[in-house]
Amino acid sequence: MTDTRAAYHRLLHGEVREGDALPTLTYDVTATTVVLGALASRDWRPMHHDYDFAVHRNGLQDIFLNTPNQAAWFERYVTDWTGPTGRLGRMQFRMRSSVFPGDEMHFDGTIEQVQVDDAGCGWARVLVQLTVGGETRSDCTVRVALPVSPDDNPWDRTGDQWQP
Amino acid sequence: MTPGSTLPADVEALLGVVQYEEVGEFPVEQGYVWTTCSSVENGNPLYWDDAVADELTHGHIAPPTMLSVWFRRHRWAPGRTGETLALQAHFDLKARFDLPEAVITDNTMVFYEPVRIGDRLRTHQILRSVSEEKRTRLGLGRFWVIDVEAFNQHDERVGTDSYTGFGYRRDEVQA
Repeated sequence: MTDTRAAYHRLLHGEVREGDALPTLTYDVTATTVVLGALASRDWRPMHHDYDFAVHRNGLQDIFLNTPNQAAWFERYVTDWTGPTGRLGRMQFRMRSSVFPGDEMHFDGTIEQVQVDDAGCGWARVLVQLTVGGETRSDCTVRVALPVSPDDNPWDRTGDQWQP
Repeated sequence: MTPGSTLPADVEALLGVVQYEEVGEFPVEQGYVWTTCSSVENGNPLYWDDAVADELTHGHIAPPTMLSVWFRRHRWAPGRTGETLALQAHFDLKARFDLPEAVITDNTMVFYEPVRIGDRLRTHQILRSVSEEKRTRLGLGRFWVIDVEAFNQHDERVGTDSYTGFGYRRDEVQA
């Protein structure tokens, strides 16, 4: 039978092991990165685009990445690894300090747990650390569903079959 | 006031109460999805390739972490007076405790039904907790947790966004 599915990277649940590391992502942050991320997430607050406000009002060194855009970075990092069949169920993160223009972000991930739930959905729990110069700026834990077989699609799950 | 609690009665009365029910000002749109993906260089074909979107999600969806985007109001709109803020319960607490500064320290998102292009989402906010006064390196203030729950036009839950905020007053610089 001909496989008519679109061609893309598809990480299967059986391919991941606890303790495995994800590939590192590095990215140089500029003022444009911060402002684009804030406006893409419709965050008009001045500390994400106004240097003078961030420095003299907030007492910080510069404008800084906003919360929704950090979430978007974490999502991108994890789904770069899983491919499009990876479906996020839960994301928790703590910002320890801010990310500023001039910083080189490093994203590193480790698989903390691999499981299949009662509904037969395969999950990986990934700890992602965003560091700058070796200093942790944010910790993030992502629970992501992965196909348990080549024909499984986590996006098809709904109701009781989806337990994020 | 609950025995042992030092929270003001008006703040304690808000715990667990649904506030700020509202419908997003505009339908979920493809342009913002692409702008957001572009901002983080997210090349996931689910958001760029029609064939992949049709195969996996029966049409285009939005990245799950964009949940809060659909409730952020326009910076300006005709006839609107005064500033409107996302996560209004957060700013209410800043004002109630007279704390000039605030940051979000933790964010937990849980994703349910996918958000689809064209969806019209509605939301509400629920204050879950407020701490006693605490001192951090930022200053003296309070932590609070606010849940933002979101539903689509079919009343299906699409996600919950839970924020921990810290409202504070900067310490005076010693001469």
